[in-house]
Amino acid sequence: MDKKLETIVQALQENFNTTNEEFRGEVHVFVTAENIIDALTLLRDKYDFELLSAMTATDYWPQQSPRFHVIYQLSSLARNLTLQLRVPLNGAEPKIPTATGVYKVANWRERELLDMFGITPEGHPDPRRILMPEGTEGHPLRRDFPLGYEEPQFTFNFEEIDLGKPYAKE
Amino acid sequence: MGVEQKLGDMGVVTTTLENVVNWSRTNAMWPMLFGLACCAIEMMAAQASHFDMSRFGMELMRASPRQSDLMIVAGRVSRKMAPVLRRLYDQMPEPKWVIAMGDCASCGGVFNNYAIVQGVDEVVPVDVYVAGCPPRPEALIHGVVTLYEKVKGEKFKDVVVS
Repeated sequence: MDKKLETIVQALQENFNTTNEEFRGEVHVFVTAENIIDALTLLRDKYDFELLSAMTATDYWPQQSPRFHVIYQLSSLARNLTLQLRVPLNGAEPKIPTATGVYKVANWRERELLDMFGITPEGHPDPRRILMPEGTEGHPLRRDFPLGYEEPQFTFNFEEIDLGKPYAKE
Repeated sequence: MGVEQKLGDMGVVTTTLENVVNWSRTNAMWPMLFGLACCAIEMMAAQASHFDMSRFGMELMRASPRQSDLMIVAGRVSRKMAPVLRRLYDQMPEPKWVIAMGDCASCGGVFNNYAIVQGVDEVVPVDVYVAGCPPRPEALIHGVVTLYEKVKGEKFKDVVVS
Protein backbone atom coordinates (compact mmCIF):
# COMPACT_ATOMS: atom_id res chain seq x y z
CA MET A 1 0.00 0.00 0.00
CA ASP A 2 1.03 3.55 -0.70
CA LYS A 3 2.73 5.17 2.33
CA LYS A 4 0.56 8.26 2.05
CA LEU A 5 -2.58 6.15 1.85
CA GLU A 6 -1.58 4.00 4.83
CA THR A 7 -2.01 6.80 7.36
CA ILE A 8 -5.43 7.65 5.90
CA VAL A 9 -6.62 4.05 6.03
CA GLN A 10 -5.35 3.80 9.62
CA ALA A 11 -7.23 6.94 10.59
CA LEU A 12 -10.42 5.47 9.14
CA GLN A 13 -9.77 2.25 11.06
CA GLU A 14 -9.34 4.10 14.36
CA ASN A 15 -12.36 6.36 13.90
CA PHE A 16 -14.89 4.04 12.28
CA ASN A 17 -13.55 0.54 12.98
CA THR A 18 -13.27 -0.25 9.25
CA THR A 19 -11.69 -3.22 7.52
CA ASN A 20 -9.83 -3.00 4.25
CA GLU A 21 -8.76 -5.07 1.29
CA GLU A 22 -6.09 -4.47 -1.29
CA PHE A 23 -6.17 -5.65 -4.86
CA ARG A 24 -3.36 -4.77 -7.29
CA GLY A 25 -2.55 -1.61 -5.43
CA GLU A 26 -6.15 -0.43 -5.11
CA VAL A 27 -7.39 -0.10 -1.55
CA HIS A 28 -11.01 -0.88 -0.67
CA VAL A 29 -12.20 0.26 2.75
CA PHE A 30 -15.39 -1.29 4.10
CA VAL A 31 -17.53 1.20 6.03
CA THR A 32 -20.93 0.65 7.59
CA ALA A 33 -23.92 2.67 6.36
CA GLU A 34 -24.17 4.57 9.69
CA ASN A 35 -20.57 5.83 9.42
CA ILE A 36 -20.35 6.60 5.71
CA ILE A 37 -21.27 10.28 5.91
CA ASP A 38 -18.80 10.93 8.73
CA ALA A 39 -16.12 8.99 6.87
CA LEU A 40 -16.69 10.98 3.68
CA THR A 41 -16.66 14.26 5.60
CA LEU A 42 -13.41 13.31 7.32
CA LEU A 43 -11.76 12.32 4.04
CA ARG A 44 -12.92 15.49 2.30
CA ASP A 45 -12.01 17.96 5.04
CA LYS A 46 -8.86 16.46 6.53
CA TYR A 47 -7.33 14.38 3.74
CA ASP A 48 -8.16 16.51 0.67
CA PHE A 49 -10.36 13.99 -1.14
CA GLU A 50 -12.17 16.78 -2.91
CA LEU A 51 -13.63 14.71 -5.73
CA LEU A 52 -16.22 11.93 -5.69
CA SER A 53 -15.19 10.63 -9.11
CA ALA A 54 -17.62 7.71 -9.24
CA MET A 55 -20.41 6.25 -7.23
CA THR A 56 -21.94 2.93 -8.14
CA ALA A 57 -23.01 -0.41 -6.71
CA THR A 58 -22.59 -4.12 -7.32
CA ASP A 59 -25.15 -6.84 -6.78
CA TYR A 60 -23.98 -10.17 -5.31
CA TRP A 61 -27.35 -11.90 -5.76
CA PRO A 62 -28.29 -14.67 -4.79
CA GLN A 63 -26.16 -13.89 -1.73
CA GLN A 64 -28.49 -11.92 0.54
CA SER A 65 -26.25 -10.66 3.31
CA PRO A 66 -24.64 -8.50 2.18
CA ARG A 67 -26.33 -8.40 -1.20
CA PHE A 68 -25.14 -4.99 -2.44
CA HIS A 69 -21.93 -3.06 -2.14
CA VAL A 70 -22.36 0.67 -2.65
CA ILE A 71 -19.04 1.98 -3.94
CA TYR A 72 -17.69 5.50 -3.49
CA GLN A 73 -14.59 6.17 -5.58
CA LEU A 74 -12.78 9.16 -4.13
CA SER A 75 -9.90 11.11 -5.67
CA SER A 76 -7.53 13.56 -4.12
CA LEU A 77 -6.08 15.85 -6.75
CA ALA A 78 -3.89 17.61 -4.17
CA ARG A 79 -2.27 14.41 -2.93
CA ASN A 80 -2.62 12.33 -6.11
CA LEU A 81 -4.44 9.49 -4.34
CA THR A 82 -7.52 7.39 -5.01
CA LEU A 83 -9.47 5.48 -2.41
CA GLN A 84 -12.50 3.27 -2.64
CA LEU A 85 -15.10 3.10 0.11
CA ARG A 86 -17.57 0.22 0.09
CA VAL A 87 -20.80 0.02 2.04
CA PRO A 88 -22.24 -3.51 2.30
CA LEU A 89 -26.06 -3.59 2.35
CA ASN A 90 -28.57 -6.36 2.91
CA GLY A 91 -31.03 -7.42 0.24
CA ALA A 92 -34.26 -6.43 2.02
CA GLU A 93 -34.95 -2.68 1.68
CA PRO A 94 -31.40 -1.51 1.01
CA LYS A 95 -30.85 2.13 1.95
CA ILE A 96 -27.98 4.53 2.49
CA PRO A 97 -27.90 8.02 3.98
CA THR A 98 -27.53 10.59 1.21
CA ALA A 99 -24.08 11.99 0.51
CA THR A 100 -25.42 15.12 -1.22
CA GLY A 101 -24.51 17.19 1.84
CA VAL A 102 -20.85 16.25 1.43
CA TYR A 103 -20.46 15.95 -2.34
CA LYS A 104 -23.05 17.72 -4.49
CA VAL A 105 -22.27 15.40 -7.39
CA ALA A 106 -23.81 12.56 -5.38
CA ASN A 107 -27.26 13.90 -6.25
CA TRP A 108 -27.53 12.31 -9.70
CA ARG A 109 -25.37 9.32 -8.73
CA GLU A 110 -27.76 8.42 -5.95
CA ARG A 111 -30.73 8.82 -8.25
CA GLU A 112 -29.01 6.35 -10.57
CA LEU A 113 -28.56 3.92 -7.66
CA LEU A 114 -32.24 4.29 -6.87
CA ASP A 115 -33.19 3.73 -10.49
CA MET A 116 -30.87 0.87 -11.39
CA PHE A 117 -30.51 -1.00 -8.09
CA GLY A 118 -33.41 0.17 -5.92
CA ILE A 119 -31.08 1.41 -3.19
CA THR A 120 -32.92 4.25 -1.42
CA PRO A 121 -30.86 7.35 -0.62
CA GLU A 122 -32.41 8.59 2.63
CA GLY A 123 -32.80 12.37 2.85
CA HIS A 124 -32.15 12.90 -0.86
CA PRO A 125 -33.56 16.26 -2.06
CA ASP A 126 -35.05 14.85 -5.30
CA PRO A 127 -35.49 11.05 -5.17
CA ARG A 128 -36.82 10.31 -8.67
CA ARG A 129 -35.69 7.83 -11.31
CA ILE A 130 -33.00 9.34 -13.55
CA LEU A 131 -32.65 7.05 -16.59
CA MET A 132 -35.74 4.87 -16.93
CA PRO A 133 -39.14 6.41 -17.74
CA GLU A 134 -41.64 7.00 -14.96
CA GLY A 135 -43.70 3.95 -14.16
CA THR A 136 -40.98 1.40 -14.92
CA GLU A 137 -41.25 -1.69 -12.79
CA GLY A 138 -38.13 -3.19 -11.26
CA HIS A 139 -34.51 -2.15 -11.24
CA PRO A 140 -32.64 -3.18 -14.39
CA LEU A 141 -29.11 -3.64 -13.03
CA ARG A 142 -30.19 -6.07 -10.32
CA ARG A 143 -29.01 -9.58 -11.04
CA ASP A 144 -32.50 -11.04 -10.70
CA PHE A 145 -33.92 -8.66 -13.35
CA PRO A 146 -34.81 -10.73 -16.45
CA LEU A 147 -32.16 -10.47 -19.19
CA GLY A 148 -34.05 -10.55 -22.49
CA TYR A 149 -37.09 -8.37 -22.93
CA GLU A 150 -38.86 -10.33 -25.67
CA GLU A 151 -38.39 -13.88 -26.90
CA PRO A 152 -36.69 -13.82 -30.34
CA GLN A 153 -38.92 -14.76 -33.26
CA PHE A 154 -37.83 -17.76 -35.34
CA THR A 155 -39.72 -19.61 -38.06
CA PHE A 156 -41.19 -22.16 -35.64
CA ASN A 157 -42.53 -19.66 -33.09
CA PHE A 158 -43.09 -16.62 -35.34
CA GLU A 159 -46.90 -16.61 -35.31
CA GLU A 160 -47.20 -17.42 -31.62
CA ILE A 161 -45.11 -14.38 -30.66
CA ASP A 162 -46.63 -12.22 -33.39
CA LEU A 163 -50.09 -12.67 -31.85
CA GLY A 164 -48.88 -11.18 -28.58
CA LYS A 165 -47.06 -8.22 -30.13
CA PRO A 166 -48.64 -4.85 -29.28
CA TYR A 167 -48.89 -3.37 -32.79
CA ALA A 168 -49.80 0.30 -32.95
CA LYS A 169 -53.15 1.33 -34.41
CA GLU A 170 -53.43 4.40 -36.60
CA MET B 1 -37.21 22.29 -76.06
CA GLY B 2 -38.12 19.68 -73.55
CA VAL B 3 -41.14 17.55 -73.12
CA GLU B 4 -43.21 19.23 -75.86
CA GLN B 5 -40.61 18.44 -78.50
CA LYS B 6 -40.20 14.85 -77.39
CA LEU B 7 -43.90 14.03 -77.14
CA GLY B 8 -45.27 16.22 -79.85
CA ASP B 9 -48.57 18.00 -79.48
CA MET B 10 -50.31 15.78 -76.93
CA GLY B 11 -53.30 17.98 -76.43
CA VAL B 12 -55.27 16.36 -73.63
CA VAL B 13 -54.20 13.63 -71.24
CA THR B 14 -56.90 11.70 -69.50
CA THR B 15 -56.29 9.83 -66.26
CA THR B 16 -57.97 9.25 -62.96
CA LEU B 17 -57.83 11.70 -60.10
CA GLU B 18 -56.35 8.97 -57.93
CA ASN B 19 -53.42 8.59 -60.30
CA VAL B 20 -52.72 12.31 -60.36
CA VAL B 21 -52.94 12.67 -56.59
CA ASN B 22 -50.77 9.63 -55.91
CA TRP B 23 -48.27 10.76 -58.55
CA SER B 24 -47.98 14.17 -56.93
CA ARG B 25 -47.66 12.66 -53.47
CA THR B 26 -44.84 10.36 -54.49
CA ASN B 27 -42.98 13.08 -56.37
CA ALA B 28 -42.82 15.51 -53.48
CA MET B 29 -42.63 13.42 -50.37
CA TRP B 30 -40.72 15.28 -47.72
CA PRO B 31 -39.20 13.25 -44.91
CA MET B 32 -38.75 14.55 -41.39
CA LEU B 33 -35.22 15.56 -40.37
CA PHE B 34 -34.96 13.23 -37.45
CA GLY B 35 -32.33 10.62 -36.63
CA LEU B 36 -31.93 8.50 -33.52
CA ALA B 37 -28.71 6.53 -33.96
CA CYS B 38 -26.12 5.31 -36.47
CA CYS B 39 -28.80 4.73 -39.15
CA ALA B 40 -29.15 8.51 -39.29
CA ILE B 41 -25.61 8.72 -40.71
CA GLU B 42 -26.65 6.49 -43.60
CA MET B 43 -29.80 8.57 -44.02
CA MET B 44 -27.64 11.70 -44.31
CA ALA B 45 -25.46 9.90 -46.85
CA ALA B 46 -28.56 8.94 -48.84
CA GLN B 47 -29.55 12.59 -48.87
CA ALA B 48 -26.10 13.90 -49.80
CA SER B 49 -24.67 14.35 -53.28
CA HIS B 50 -23.22 10.86 -53.79
CA PHE B 51 -26.57 9.06 -53.55
CA ASP B 52 -28.83 12.10 -53.91
CA MET B 53 -32.26 11.02 -52.73
CA SER B 54 -33.76 14.20 -54.20
CA ARG B 55 -33.79 12.38 -57.56
CA PHE B 56 -36.88 10.65 -56.16
CA GLY B 57 -38.61 13.78 -54.95
CA MET B 58 -37.20 13.70 -51.45
CA GLU B 59 -36.04 17.21 -52.03
CA LEU B 60 -36.03 18.50 -48.50
CA MET B 61 -35.70 17.13 -45.03
CA ARG B 62 -38.15 19.18 -42.98
CA ALA B 63 -37.18 19.90 -39.42
CA SER B 64 -40.80 20.29 -38.40
CA PRO B 65 -43.35 17.46 -38.30
CA ARG B 66 -46.03 19.90 -39.51
CA GLN B 67 -44.34 20.12 -42.91
CA SER B 68 -43.37 16.51 -43.46
CA ASP B 69 -45.14 13.55 -45.05
CA LEU B 70 -42.75 10.75 -44.21
CA MET B 71 -41.18 9.71 -40.94
CA ILE B 72 -37.96 7.72 -41.33
CA VAL B 73 -37.30 6.12 -37.95
CA ALA B 74 -33.52 5.88 -38.27
CA GLY B 75 -32.20 4.02 -35.27
CA ARG B 76 -33.17 2.32 -32.04
CA VAL B 77 -36.04 3.82 -30.08
CA SER B 78 -35.61 3.73 -26.33
CA ARG B 79 -38.63 3.35 -24.08
CA LYS B 80 -38.13 6.88 -22.89
CA MET B 81 -38.06 8.14 -26.49
CA ALA B 82 -41.19 6.22 -27.57
CA PRO B 83 -43.78 8.77 -26.33
CA VAL B 84 -41.81 11.56 -28.03
CA LEU B 85 -41.78 9.62 -31.31
CA ARG B 86 -45.52 9.02 -31.08
CA ARG B 87 -46.10 12.70 -30.42
CA LEU B 88 -44.07 13.67 -33.50
CA TYR B 89 -46.11 11.20 -35.53
CA ASP B 90 -49.36 12.66 -34.22
CA GLN B 91 -48.20 16.15 -35.15
CA MET B 92 -47.65 15.22 -38.80
CA PRO B 93 -50.54 16.13 -41.12
CA GLU B 94 -52.40 13.43 -43.07
CA PRO B 95 -51.51 11.69 -45.30
CA LYS B 96 -48.40 10.35 -43.60
CA TRP B 97 -46.18 7.32 -43.91
CA VAL B 98 -43.53 5.65 -41.77
CA ILE B 99 -40.37 3.80 -42.78
CA ALA B 100 -38.69 1.72 -40.08
CA MET B 101 -35.06 1.99 -41.11
CA GLY B 102 -32.68 -0.70 -39.91
CA ASP B 103 -32.99 -3.75 -37.71
CA CYS B 104 -33.37 -1.84 -34.44
CA ALA B 105 -36.37 0.16 -35.60
CA SER B 106 -37.89 -2.89 -37.28
CA CYS B 107 -37.63 -5.44 -34.49
CA GLY B 108 -35.25 -4.29 -31.77
CA GLY B 109 -32.19 -5.71 -33.53
CA VAL B 110 -29.42 -6.75 -31.18
CA PHE B 111 -30.91 -4.77 -28.30
CA ASN B 112 -33.28 -7.31 -26.78
CA ASN B 113 -33.39 -5.59 -23.40
CA TYR B 114 -35.34 -3.42 -21.01
CA ALA B 115 -34.33 -0.10 -22.54
CA ILE B 116 -35.25 -0.49 -26.23
CA VAL B 117 -38.66 -0.76 -27.91
CA GLN B 118 -38.83 -4.11 -29.73
CA GLY B 119 -39.82 -2.70 -33.09
CA VAL B 120 -41.20 0.77 -33.65
CA ASP B 121 -44.44 -0.79 -34.94
CA GLU B 122 -45.44 -1.00 -31.28
CA VAL B 123 -45.61 2.80 -31.28
CA VAL B 124 -46.51 3.95 -34.81
CA PRO B 125 -47.97 2.07 -37.83
CA VAL B 126 -45.10 1.18 -40.19
CA ASP B 127 -45.45 1.01 -43.98
CA VAL B 128 -42.02 -0.21 -45.07
CA TYR B 129 -39.31 -2.02 -43.14
CA VAL B 130 -35.73 -1.62 -44.36
CA ALA B 131 -33.37 -4.38 -43.20
CA GLY B 132 -29.69 -3.88 -42.45
CA CYS B 133 -27.49 -2.82 -39.58
CA PRO B 134 -27.27 -0.07 -40.69
CA PRO B 135 -28.80 -0.29 -44.19
CA ARG B 136 -26.72 1.14 -47.03
CA PRO B 137 -28.08 4.33 -48.61
CA GLU B 138 -29.13 2.22 -51.62
CA ALA B 139 -31.22 0.09 -49.29
CA LEU B 140 -32.95 3.14 -47.86
CA ILE B 141 -33.61 4.49 -51.34
CA HIS B 142 -35.01 1.09 -52.30
CA GLY B 143 -37.27 1.28 -49.26
CA VAL B 144 -38.45 4.71 -50.34
CA VAL B 145 -39.15 3.52 -53.88
CA THR B 146 -41.03 0.53 -52.43
CA LEU B 147 -43.12 2.97 -50.42
CA TYR B 148 -43.83 4.91 -53.64
CA GLU B 149 -45.15 1.73 -55.23
CA LYS B 150 -47.40 1.29 -52.23
CA VAL B 151 -48.62 4.90 -52.37
CA LYS B 152 -49.31 4.66 -56.11
CA GLY B 153 -51.65 1.75 -55.39
CA GLU B 154 -53.66 3.59 -52.75
CA LYS B 155 -57.40 4.04 -53.37
CA PHE B 156 -59.44 6.89 -51.99
CA LYS B 157 -62.14 4.55 -50.75
CA ASP B 158 -59.59 2.67 -48.59
CA VAL B 159 -58.31 5.78 -46.86
CA VAL B 160 -59.67 5.92 -43.34
CA VAL B 161 -60.47 9.45 -42.27
CA SER B 162 -59.80 9.60 -38.55
